[in-house]
Amino acid sequence: MPLLSVLIFFPVLGGISLLFVERKIETVRLVALVVSLFELVFTLPIFFLFDKGTHLMQFREQHDWITALNINYALGIDGISVLFILLTALITVLCVLVSWESIQDKAKEFYISLLVLEGAMMGVFCALDFFLFYVFWEAMLIPMFLIIGVWGGPNRLYATIKFFLYTLGGSLLMLVGIILLYLAGGRTFDVLALAGQAYPFKLQLLVFWLFFAAFAVKVPMWPVHTWLPDAHTEAPTAGSVILAGVLIKMGAYGFLRFSLPILPQATMAMLTPMLVLSVIAIVYGALICLAQTDLKRLIAYSSVSHMGFVTLGLFALNQQGLEGSILQMINHGLVTGALFLAIGIVYERTHTREIAAYGGLATTMPVFAGFFMVFTLAAVGLPGTNGFIGEWLILLGAFRSQPVYAVIAATGLILGAWYMLWLYQRIFFNAVGEKVQSLSPLNTREIVTLAPLVLLIFWIGIYPDALLDFLRVSVGHLVEQVHGAAGLAAAGTTSLMPIP
Amino acid sequence: MNERLLVLNPAAFNWSMITPVLPELILLAIGVALVLLDLFAPRQRQMLPWMTVLGVSAVLLMNGAMSVPPDTSFMLVNDTYATFFSTLCLGSVILAALMRESYTSLVQSHQGEFYSLLVFSAVGMMVMVASVDLITIYLGLELMALPIYVLTGMHKKEKRTSEAAAKYFLMGVFASALLLFGMSLVFGLTGSSNLPAIGAYIKNHGLAANPALVAALALMVAGLCFKVAVVPFHMWTPDVYDGAPSVLTAFMSVGPKAAGFAIFGRIMLEIFPDLQANWGPVLVLLAVLTMAVGNIVALVQSSLKRMLAYSAIAHAGYALLGIAAGTASGMAAAMSYLFIYLFMNMGAFAILIIFSQGQEARESIDCCKGMAARNPLLALCMLIFMFSLTGIPPTGGFTGKFYLFQSALAAGYTGAVIAAVLLSAVSAFFYLRIIRLMYMSSPEEQPAIIAPTAGIMVALGIAVAGTLFLGITPGVLFDWAQRAMLP
Repeated sequence: MPLLSVLIFFPVLGGISLLFVERKIETVRLVALVVSLFELVFTLPIFFLFDKGTHLMQFREQHDWITALNINYALGIDGISVLFILLTALITVLCVLVSWESIQDKAKEFYISLLVLEGAMMGVFCALDFFLFYVFWEAMLIPMFLIIGVWGGPNRLYATIKFFLYTLGGSLLMLVGIILLYLAGGRTFDVLALAGQAYPFKLQLLVFWLFFAAFAVKVPMWPVHTWLPDAHTEAPTAGSVILAGVLIKMGAYGFLRFSLPILPQATMAMLTPMLVLSVIAIVYGALICLAQTDLKRLIAYSSVSHMGFVTLGLFALNQQGLEGSILQMINHGLVTGALFLAIGIVYERTHTREIAAYGGLATTMPVFAGFFMVFTLAAVGLPGTNGFIGEWLILLGAFRSQPVYAVIAATGLILGAWYMLWLYQRIFFNAVGEKVQSLSPLNTREIVTLAPLVLLIFWIGIYPDALLDFLRVSVGHLVEQVHGAAGLAAAGTTSLMPIP
Repeated sequence: MNERLLVLNPAAFNWSMITPVLPELILLAIGVALVLLDLFAPRQRQMLPWMTVLGVSAVLLMNGAMSVPPDTSFMLVNDTYATFFSTLCLGSVILAALMRESYTSLVQSHQGEFYSLLVFSAVGMMVMVASVDLITIYLGLELMALPIYVLTGMHKKEKRTSEAAAKYFLMGVFASALLLFGMSLVFGLTGSSNLPAIGAYIKNHGLAANPALVAALALMVAGLCFKVAVVPFHMWTPDVYDGAPSVLTAFMSVGPKAAGFAIFGRIMLEIFPDLQANWGPVLVLLAVLTMAVGNIVALVQSSLKRMLAYSAIAHAGYALLGIAAGTASGMAAAMSYLFIYLFMNMGAFAILIIFSQGQEARESIDCCKGMAARNPLLALCMLIFMFSLTGIPPTGGFTGKFYLFQSALAAGYTGAVIAAVLLSAVSAFFYLRIIRLMYMSSPEEQPAIIAPTAGIMVALGIAVAGTLFLGITPGVLFDWAQRAMLP
């Protein structure tokens, strides 16, 4: 059974089938929920059948597509992509749940966009043909553009156009890079075939920066991060959750899947600028957080900071760094997704995102305060939560290869604890705010939305090997690939130490 | 030359010689029949659009099915290249005829003339794309252009259409003169008007470095650039496209432009392949300039029609990039792009016609406001066209651009392609503005739009289907274009 194709096209077909459903919100959202739940069920075979002992691509599918240009419909996943598939399916279900009440206007179109978006995101993580990857990568823009622009906040038009133009500009440059590789690599878009070749260094550098344009915007790395706070702030809750949970992971995924294995020499040569940008993002993002007065904006900037850790681990280029980086992407997806969900839940009641308008929320919504505490601590990286494992691995990896950057990055942790705990204090403690006085406690749907995230946060925090086992072999192979190709095989062997 | 004079003697005339031009002759007969029908059966006028559509479709099918082995000693050949372009041009005629039906009910004028002139112009396009001789190229070009000059000025009481017609005519004649001057120089240098013969002569006699030939090249390129509206020879385009009736603008920006590109490609690749080092970089520069001017000026337009006019200029720049590559694959990419452009641009204009209801005042982009709430189906169609014109997958606009960029990069024009993609990103801004107005603005008090006619809905359906189909399975088109480019 072509499992990956099912994962990609089932939600798309589900979305299209919504076109023919009656225009009643109860029916529409129920259908959307059922489709997204089925999609989650379809990912289970992947979770259980995935062979953790090999770095080779699994669940492969390959068909001719555009023979004139040797473009294939090629799918497959390895340890690097498998977790993102699971994450995408989970996040989408939560997005449907959180939109249950908050999306009343044009609900049908909203759920169609959401489901089509899910299909495209699945496609991005499964594609093994560069052209196919690009198609999904760009196709994602259309539903996301609509989600922010139609259902977003007051300043949504500005935010959505900015998001679209930033991403499109970067993506188109990547397209040039893809074609250059295609021409230099013997006219193939097969990602695996492209990775096995030695390209001239100059070409590698050019393509590296062209790819950088797309991936750095998506991550987002400093200084092309400015679309993110606007998009996050203006997007509806589901849009913010998808953005934080999945979309911005794609930039880092792009580096992992394409830049590192295909352009190893260029990557090694460009390590310093990448690390500098990562560290700036960590510290700068965290400092900006301290100055925010808007809840969503604060979390958005914390994403910039956290994604700085991700790219730091990535460009540490060793086993721990990369494992930590991928794990941190999942963690960030869960935790920041959870924070946006939580903010969405409280925003539905108060209709304000001003931190100053809150205060004493713990007295009116105690259960919610408990949930938010867990998410806050996970975001800060308290041991026992998933955030700790990810950040710790990243810093461990970074210390081994780039101690100076690791030291600077570690200050980001302190700042992170500062702005998150301070935020918690301002919202949940202090004097009870005017708007907070008569808030209703969480209902069952909201608890069901948040509970799985809490479970995952502790599960990963206590038993990280459950996820790390998926990564280990693929990451090891990637590290060897990069260092081997860059002529630094020696560095590769030291980094293959088992995780303590 | 002597064999051709035999045509004058009916007894000695070899009738099989006309087989390649059979479709053109039939099309001509259809054009005449339309005039006669309009003249003698004025009550049957509502039949005209459907007759045009059916007749042209029949010719299109026949032309596609006819495979006459090309004989390069002829002035017209029916090779795969000609078939590709004539399908494209006839396709634009069919769509225009379908769209006109709706337009007519809004502006009530000159029905019969419109369809017959359109068909005569189609004959001209077919002659152009099938020509392998400078004389027939010029004849076809004029036969195509003259009916369009008339069509442009058809609403003679409207000031802007008269202005457009006058501008178009003067500029068109000027361009023809340039082209003709270039052709006469080539003829003087090589003693032949047959393209393959000229190409062979230049090669054999080492004329490539001859300054007179370079002058001829420059003149012909300038003339052709006028015809396909490439910067800096584009000055006439915005006013003419804006002033002409919308349905004609849609047609002009696709059919005649494609025919222009057809002779552009044939002349460049058959006469001047050895001078590619001369014209390649020039055309690349012009292509980038065209995209820049088209896309950047379109940003500030407040009229949807004028915006589409500038977008048409920009898209000519993309297609020119393929010719500039100077390779068969580049030309195939340009051809594929023009074919995809047929669907997405005609579709966008069909929406414009429905939205504007034949009134100049309603051609403003503000007319799109809140369209998604009032007419979700039309808004969805427009959304698809706008994303396709931007070049976002899974639409045809993306696959077409992809193929173009690929062939231009293969020819080594990395810088130009980077400029082209950045300008594509710029273009996203004004295409998205339409989507933004349709989907993200609240509707204003506006008179309801009259329900679109069957004809324009069929045209829209074809356009949407073509745009999406070529976005998902462009292989069919790419294969066809590549086959058309094989020697």
